[in-house]
Amino acid sequence: MAAEELKTGPLEYRTQEGQMSIMGFWIFLGAEVVLFATLFATYAVLFGRTADAPLPSELFEPGIVLIMTFLLLTSSFTCGLAIHEMRRGSVKGLIFWMVITLALGLGFLGFEIYEFVHYAHEGATLQSSAFWSAFFVLAGTHGLHVTLGIGWAILLLIQIKQRGLTNVTSRKFFIISLYWHFLDVIWIFIFTSVYLIGMVI
Amino acid sequence: MHITDILVTGEPIIYGAMVSMALGGLAILFVLTYFKKWKWLWREWLTSVDHKKIGVMYILSALLMLFRGGVDAMMMRVQLAFPDLGFLNSQHYNEIFTTHGTIMIIFMAMPFLIGLMNIIVPLQIGARDFAFPYLNALSFWSFFFGMALFNISFVIGGSPDAGWTSYTPLSGAAMSPGPGQNFYLMGLQLSGIGTLATGINLMVTILKMRAPGMKLFHMPIFTWSTLVTCFIIVFAFPILTVALALLTIDRIFGAQFFTLTGEGLPMMWANLFWMWGHPEVYIVILPAFGIFSEVIATFAKKRLFGYNVMVWSMIVIALLSFLVWVHHFFTMGAGAFVNSVFSVSTMLIAVPTGVKIFNWLATLYKSKIEFTVPMLWSLAFIPSFILGGVTGVMLGMAAADYQFHNSYFLIAHFHYVLIAGTVFACFAGLVFWYPKMFGHKMNERLGRWAFWLFFFGFHVCFFPQYFLGLDGMPRRLFITNVAEWLPLNVISTVGAVGMALGFVVFVYNVYYSFRYSERETTGDSWNGNGRTLEWATTTPVPYYNFATVPYVDEIDPYVRMKEEGKTTFEEDEVKPIHMPSYTGQPFIFMALLGLASFGLIFEWMYLAVFGLIGGVVMMIRRSFDYDDGYYVSVEEIKETEKKARGL
Amino acid sequence: MKAKHLRNRWLGLLPLSLIFFLSGCGQLEMTVLNPKGPVAQSQYDLIVYSLWFMLGIIVVVFALFTYMIIKYRENRPGRKESDYDPNLHGNTTIEIIWTIIPVIIVILLSIPTVTTLFDLEKPPVPAAGEEEKEPLVVYATTADWKWFFSYPEQDIETVNYLHIPADRPIEFRLSSADSMSALWIPALGGQKYNMAGMMTTLYLEADEEGVYDGRNSNFNGEGFAAQTFKVYAESEEEFNAWAEEISNEAPELTAERYDELLAPGLTDVQSYSNTHLDYVKHHTREGMGYVVEKYREQFKEKLHLYEIEEQESFQ
Repeated sequence: MAAEELKTGPLEYRTQEGQMSIMGFWIFLGAEVVLFATLFATYAVLFGRTADAPLPSELFEPGIVLIMTFLLLTSSFTCGLAIHEMRRGSVKGLIFWMVITLALGLGFLGFEIYEFVHYAHEGATLQSSAFWSAFFVLAGTHGLHVTLGIGWAILLLIQIKQRGLTNVTSRKFFIISLYWHFLDVIWIFIFTSVYLIGMVI
Repeated sequence: MHITDILVTGEPIIYGAMVSMALGGLAILFVLTYFKKWKWLWREWLTSVDHKKIGVMYILSALLMLFRGGVDAMMMRVQLAFPDLGFLNSQHYNEIFTTHGTIMIIFMAMPFLIGLMNIIVPLQIGARDFAFPYLNALSFWSFFFGMALFNISFVIGGSPDAGWTSYTPLSGAAMSPGPGQNFYLMGLQLSGIGTLATGINLMVTILKMRAPGMKLFHMPIFTWSTLVTCFIIVFAFPILTVALALLTIDRIFGAQFFTLTGEGLPMMWANLFWMWGHPEVYIVILPAFGIFSEVIATFAKKRLFGYNVMVWSMIVIALLSFLVWVHHFFTMGAGAFVNSVFSVSTMLIAVPTGVKIFNWLATLYKSKIEFTVPMLWSLAFIPSFILGGVTGVMLGMAAADYQFHNSYFLIAHFHYVLIAGTVFACFAGLVFWYPKMFGHKMNERLGRWAFWLFFFGFHVCFFPQYFLGLDGMPRRLFITNVAEWLPLNVISTVGAVGMALGFVVFVYNVYYSFRYSERETTGDSWNGNGRTLEWATTTPVPYYNFATVPYVDEIDPYVRMKEEGKTTFEEDEVKPIHMPSYTGQPFIFMALLGLASFGLIFEWMYLAVFGLIGGVVMMIRRSFDYDDGYYVSVEEIKETEKKARGL
Repeated sequence: MKAKHLRNRWLGLLPLSLIFFLSGCGQLEMTVLNPKGPVAQSQYDLIVYSLWFMLGIIVVVFALFTYMIIKYRENRPGRKESDYDPNLHGNTTIEIIWTIIPVIIVILLSIPTVTTLFDLEKPPVPAAGEEEKEPLVVYATTADWKWFFSYPEQDIETVNYLHIPADRPIEFRLSSADSMSALWIPALGGQKYNMAGMMTTLYLEADEEGVYDGRNSNFNGEGFAAQTFKVYAESEEEFNAWAEEISNEAPELTAERYDELLAPGLTDVQSYSNTHLDYVKHHTREGMGYVVEKYREQFKEKLHLYEIEEQESFQ
């Protein structure tokens, strides 16, 4: 099956294996959408069940969340640039933009950890109430995805150094870019439906 | 922690089980060592990525679980028919119905069907293997270790005892402390990963690896049912993943999702559980419909009536399955409007299902019915399933459901659909495709005995339960303490014995056929009545499946191939075939995650972290794995095919 | 071959056995099919109404099925050439017909279902000619594994038994102190869940005096099978006399006594001359965790329940 290889088109789509992997990943992202939708629904249902813990409006600060949003949105853009460079055949450009993407991602994570620790100091932890359980698990699941994405991308950077651009390495980078954009989309929903609404109400 | 704190003590039945498990384990170890089969086991099975072998392992595990779940069922039936014996106490009974339900759905029905899909779907579409063979092995081992975890619970740590639905707050840390409930959560979580992966894997396989020319609406109906099922798996299983994770976080890390403290909301569990749970019902019934369609068409020697309608009705059922979950708790007091909406959506499912029944009947019209064993199971399905289906509609009428809910009426209903639907289909499918898997058929006479014992046993067992329900007997009751309920319970137990005997005969038949059945010489095992591609290749199936894949542009391609004298071995067209290499990684990876889960169950965090790190290391290894498989040479293919075809 | 033929005939006997069983129902006096009040009656009517449709469907499918497997079996003597048409694979008209008929059945079933659902949210309407009575309010609270019935009007409380006046609607206000349970008195009508942190309302009414069985029907742990109670439906005068007697003679339910009763376990029947409703509100977010916090340790202990008759505390 792998024997038939197209001669034109993006590298990652030239073999049937490449096409299947990408399709499989799209379906996986569909499952991820359901996973996050369930977490969002849980959060919405438990909204207002803060018990004795502080209210979200007392803790959520626009500044830090805006910085996080900016970092993640920019990283999505640089990730797109990385894939653009990959399509042009430039390994250097790919690595450069990917490293920038990871740096931005790490910055996002740093702020998120700071934010969680800060809330915990103010008396809002995973254990304090149903609402805060839902908040930490929703935001935390997203944060965990970002962490895994960073680790994964580092492995791919090592591989591209070793092997250069091939059908396989380009496919792997294309898939991680899908993943990274997906996390960005999820964050936009978290930003609006968790932080913006939480600050207002 | 002392060893006696971990092992379950004080129950004679459990001691007996411990001893028999230990003896069984020792016997297996002895046989493997004596016959020097360890290497064989590792090289041929544990490291296999071949979809056929993985399928066989799925089915063997499922049969083992059918036995375990069946023993649970028999113990419940004995207790209910002879309440004065004091055979089981309340706690023990509660553990048994919990494991019975969980095992039958998660570790029996699903793996049985996934095993059949594993073996048959690639063959039906002319594929070499799954799209991602490595992932397929990973799926199996995740199921296997999830199953193993769940099953050791009754000797180590104690079984879960909050019902297979595990409703909060009962199943929360406050009211069910200890590892029992954690076994449920982690066992399901681990095997759930595998199910989701299989869903994605099969979906890509079906969408991208079909034989040249085969459009979606040329696919065999079993493949169609698999595709629709995978769609449900992909969209329903993440909900279970989240629900289980939230309850685990509640229990182990003290969160407040479903608790009575911290303003938690226990009722959310019921919602999340059934948002997965109802689609799950269709995950185990749609493939069954697919199997019946294949078997009925084959032994009616006729094309399936209304192929397009059959496909569309499955798609409609799949969509509706996501819109009816509230009918599992009409009695929660959501109000007349909500209940009305879900009542109507529930009853609507009867429409596509009814259409399917009529199409099967129409397939029999002007046919030549041959009463083989798989056909007996399939035909018995129609009248039996109707009894379950109509009572399902009655349960769907919310106002009446207030009286049926939580009663034996409900128990009778879902056993009627799950046994007459899923279990009959598992037997039908296994007997039907048995020659493809093992190179010989199952003995017909013993097969009939197994069928008739199981069939009559089933009706005798569950039909009286409708009336127990109407007399107000609630489910999950460990004692028949109302005199009027006793006679029907005794009848029911007699039926259960019949089913057990049927199962025993079936298992004996596996051994008997292995010893005495004639070996198959052609690929088209059922008197040349095969209609789809799996019958076109030789038996036993070569590991590369098809030497050459035919061009397909119709529904039952093998019928015309036979008329035109075509085979899947066109000597001039043979090309080298690319195959994946075997690997032990999936086994080790999932064993490590199993270890991590075990650590979480007992809240031994060092073990959990160790297992998780091991899992991450395995993922990193996989990422650097550029093994591209190997090619089977043209000479080898020609040699194998000529030998198998007697050319 | 003859034996095989006979066996297939057996399948045809199934619908007959169903009718046989259903006619047997009358003698068996199954509770749900012997309604003793207007709520159970309306549900009974709905069940019987649906049963006719279901029987119709069963008869049609079984008849077609029997016809097919007898007429089209391969080795039936006297099979004709025209009995086999391997290429027959569809017919749009007939597909439409057998889609529309089930749709019609679903519509016919939906209408009474929906109207009954809305009716059940209100107190039962009195029969023609009878005056409408104000419902009697009873708070039914469960705790593992017992029932508390509080009568705010009479200011009395009973444990594990219930007295109600016949011919007067009862408004049950259901709640739970811990696990989820369900109040079910099959003779009087269907069930509803008792849940901690919320209150659900269930209307029931007895139109015949008598003693009925009531229970928790939703599994909630070890003592589930013992969480039953008797319902004494009596005339308004008898009920008032009983309430008066309890009010005068039963001991007071102190907060401490109530706390003791809340501990997980079984209890015999008891009566008190006041209610627990002022002590703790299990149906509120503040009150729902009361029992699990107080009795965290006791929930770890097991009852080791074998036969319920042997439990002296339980009647």
